[in-house]
Amino acid sequence: MIIEYTGAQKLKGTLLFFEPIRDIRYGEKVVIRSEGKTLNGKVAALSQSVMLIEILGEPYGLNIDNLRVQFTGNIFELGVSDKMLGRVMDAFGEPTDDKGEIRHDKLLPIGGSAYNPVQRAYPNDFIQTGISAIDGLNVLVKGQKLPIFSVAGASTNDLAAQLVRQITPSGKNGAVVFAGIGIKYEDAQYLIQSIRSGGNFERTAIFLNLADEPSINALLLVRSALTFAEYLAFEKGYDVIAVLYDMTNYCDALREVSSRREEIPSRKGYPGYMYSDLASIYERAGILKESAGSLTQIPILTMPDGDITHPIPDLTGYITEGQIVLERELQQKGIYPPINVLPSLSRLMNHGASDQHRRWSAEIYAAYAKAKKAEMLAAIIGEEEMGETEQRYLAFGKAFERQFITQRNEENRTLEQTLAIGWKLLALLPPTALTRLKPQDIAEHFQ
Amino acid sequence: MAHIISILGPIVRAELDGERVCIQDVAYVGELGLTGEVIERDQKSALIQVYEETEGLKLGEAVTFTAQMLSALLGPGLLGSIYDGIGRPLKLAGTRISRGLKLDPLDRDKLWSFTPFAKAGQKLEGGEYIGAVSAQDAFEYRLMVPPDKNGRVSFVAGQGEYRLDDTLIEFEDGERLTMVQRWPVRIARPFKERILSKKPMITGQRIIDFLFPISEGGSASIPGGFGTGKTILQQTLAKWSDADIIVYIGCGERGNEMTEVLQEFPQLADPKSGKKLIERTVLIANTSDMPVSAREASIYIGLTIAEYFRDMGYTVALMADSTSRWAEAMRELSGRMNELPAEEGFPSYLASRIASVYERAGAVRTLGGDTGAVTMIGAISPPGGDFSEPVTRHTQRFTSVFWALDKELANARFYPSINHLLSHSAYAISVKSWWEAGYPEWSELRLWVIEMLQRDEKLQRIVKLLGSEALPEDQKLTLFISDLIKEYFLQQNAFDAVDMYASPQKQICMAKALKALHQWWKRCFEEKGVPAGQLKDQPIVGELLTSRLGVPNDQTEWFDAWHKRMETRYETLLLTFGEIS
Ligand SMILES: Nc1ncnc2c1ncn2[C@@H]1O[C@H](COP(=O)(O)OP(=O)(O)O)[C@@H](O)[C@H]1O
Ligand SMILES: [Mg+2]
Repeated sequence: MIIEYTGAQKLKGTLLFFEPIRDIRYGEKVVIRSEGKTLNGKVAALSQSVMLIEILGEPYGLNIDNLRVQFTGNIFELGVSDKMLGRVMDAFGEPTDDKGEIRHDKLLPIGGSAYNPVQRAYPNDFIQTGISAIDGLNVLVKGQKLPIFSVAGASTNDLAAQLVRQITPSGKNGAVVFAGIGIKYEDAQYLIQSIRSGGNFERTAIFLNLADEPSINALLLVRSALTFAEYLAFEKGYDVIAVLYDMTNYCDALREVSSRREEIPSRKGYPGYMYSDLASIYERAGILKESAGSLTQIPILTMPDGDITHPIPDLTGYITEGQIVLERELQQKGIYPPINVLPSLSRLMNHGASDQHRRWSAEIYAAYAKAKKAEMLAAIIGEEEMGETEQRYLAFGKAFERQFITQRNEENRTLEQTLAIGWKLLALLPPTALTRLKPQDIAEHFQ
Repeated sequence: MAHIISILGPIVRAELDGERVCIQDVAYVGELGLTGEVIERDQKSALIQVYEETEGLKLGEAVTFTAQMLSALLGPGLLGSIYDGIGRPLKLAGTRISRGLKLDPLDRDKLWSFTPFAKAGQKLEGGEYIGAVSAQDAFEYRLMVPPDKNGRVSFVAGQGEYRLDDTLIEFEDGERLTMVQRWPVRIARPFKERILSKKPMITGQRIIDFLFPISEGGSASIPGGFGTGKTILQQTLAKWSDADIIVYIGCGERGNEMTEVLQEFPQLADPKSGKKLIERTVLIANTSDMPVSAREASIYIGLTIAEYFRDMGYTVALMADSTSRWAEAMRELSGRMNELPAEEGFPSYLASRIASVYERAGAVRTLGGDTGAVTMIGAISPPGGDFSEPVTRHTQRFTSVFWALDKELANARFYPSINHLLSHSAYAISVKSWWEAGYPEWSELRLWVIEMLQRDEKLQRIVKLLGSEALPEDQKLTLFISDLIKEYFLQQNAFDAVDMYASPQKQICMAKALKALHQWWKRCFEEKGVPAGQLKDQPIVGELLTSRLGVPNDQTEWFDAWHKRMETRYETLLLTFGEIS
């Protein structure tokens, strides 16, 4: 029997002030009904005089005169089962495709809880992405959280799809969980098609929340998707790749919800707790000692105005294990993928790459940084006026962007191919400039 | 019985039922017994900051009060352990940290071999040693009378094996001392007096030891945007600093970084003692996915443990990564309490809190008369990498060393990415005598390096606009030698087995080689006008560069041989240059 309560005192934005009732849990899931409309809500504050319910959804059409609330007695949970692979779902895990109901094996709280660092296993295993800028210079490791910082106008969708296609574990234990957050319908369709064209439709689960849905659903959607991803990885032993796209929409939704709660805003209006909130999402990646699977996260975000110091990329970069940064200027030069390697980083590279590979990478980085300086100088004084060394760096930079970074959208390079291109490029430089290599590296590759 | 009357996030109000409740007492909240701390009191109720997730709590659930402040349990067994922000031992916790978990921080059943120092009839003051304890032949824990106790000894346990709670000392007034003591974490442990330590904490990192040294008991901050190398630098210092004890606090940062330390430290050996690094290390972890409310406490737990080892007469290095997360936790709590925010939403007491934390660092004469030190190094994560924000600014005021990390250097993979123009150390003068006692050339070489870098800075402005070709030959020499100073001396790879730690001897050798090289260059240029490019491109220079990764600390004779070869080479050049060949 469903018991519904009346007792709404005030409705303000998405906050419902309600008469307190005994035995209500803080954070409890509630169902609100009024004028034929049904919405989910959550108990957001409790005191003896009033209970505050946060409405998850647009409150228009609610009327406090006939509003009723059903208290579920539970905090938010997601029903999970591996039957969710191959399906398209909403923020609550309800299917939105036409393949019928999903039977769930169990319910899991979507908030997750902190992992004990003692029980984590440090991610070490190299994943070949087939993309030189990543495999060579910013190695991706199984269980890593490595975001893509995109800019408007860069071919983000192509890169994201290529990446996911090329890294999806091929065994029967590989799975992709895609969380589409507030993205446009056509972008969502395109991405889903490209990911599925890799042929692993049956092992892809899609959680989709479109741009016209209430923003608070975005907050739930990411958590639902990750709860499912964790279930697959840590209870069912899958190697899961979770793609979260676009985290900028997520953060904007968080800002909107926070401002409706009338919280004091921090930088650019985003709430002061955005760091912890994002951490509670990104830290759900990893490998655990007691489980067979792994959860690798590829969050994608769009840097507002291309500004990497904007709170969204900034706080993300402080939490994730590196970042792949796209640049409009490279895109305009016709370079695909338009990855600017200088601000890009993989923090787990030290474990996922060999010693020589790391020295090689440091050397390429140093050279490309100098090439960029030479490029600036060339713009001022002209190439002819530059010294011989500077010209060599300039040539290195051009060749690097054209031969190393540039590759075709379906090109899947092996690590050996990537390294070989790099050695060839380093040979363009004066040997005394190679201060990060060891004598044996030089002997092995240049004589 | 006290019970919950309101819940808002981590802040819970309990109506009291006659309990005696003081500010900062620890409370257990609800059926699960979530740990919290009293932050406000009025006539009828207490406001509690709960250190665990409060979801699922109900009004009316019971609250109990412990009548104790948040304390650290101090005693043998701390080393090699990892605790969360409120002192729970994580090695005993599950994969996910369950709420309301209560675990003994130290193993009460383990036997430790005790050697008494105190004698019956002796009058002992707080802080004086009563004996020492060791496990296998690892580390010696010196046991002291708790700072707030004293008395005349009526009983001393004999040499032998004891458990933590066995009575080792009894005073005439009946007070019993065991191996453990409790100390409230927010109160600094007392000492007799501060002393000025002139000994540098040697870190094996050239740019630090040479240019921006830190002394034992000093305080330093490492500001830097994300990815500039704060954590690696902290970990590197934790590995190679010549402190006796390391306390490493992961405050609001990644779980994997703590996992990494846990995995690596048991395998690496301390260069000084040869023992495993983990045996001198205590870890505190409030990772970024753990509750924010416990984040603020984690720094104080770490400080208290550090002071405890200081009181044993040891030198302790404390790393806090990152203090920004601690400050932000304070901001969040302050916001929930509706305090009036000052700059950037931080409470107005931000500066004084930062000051009081760094005040707990220092070299001291302990209550027991020994000397010990806590050296504190805090990482700062400025939003957008902008050093003008409040946490960076205030920390810079209250610390004596500032290692400013630079995005551009990090992007070029130049590590450690310490910007030598923005960084500074107030200890360069005080540590001079220590260095000169062992390495008389230190000051002179240091000044030479600084002078070259300063000249280079001026030249770089021209180079940026006109290219290096525009410089006259003698200035090119400055440019080239500075380039070598940076690439060969200041740059250091934390992941290379040889380069990760440079002994003071090797540091001196490397700097000396550069200076000698520069002198020869100048001579060749002045006497014969040999062009700078030709001087720089001699293979002997390349040979020197390989010594950074190629010559281990115990093979510094290599440099003597190199000097001989170098001199011959340039002498020949000087003789033959200009001859028709
Ligand atoms: N001294 C160093 N030697 C080699 N690599 C380094 C060094 N310092 C930092 N790095 C590289 O930079 C990355 C980011 O460093 P990290 O300390 O995690 O940055 P932060 O804590 O400032 O965000 C590391 O993963 C590592 O690859
Ligand atoms: Mg860090």
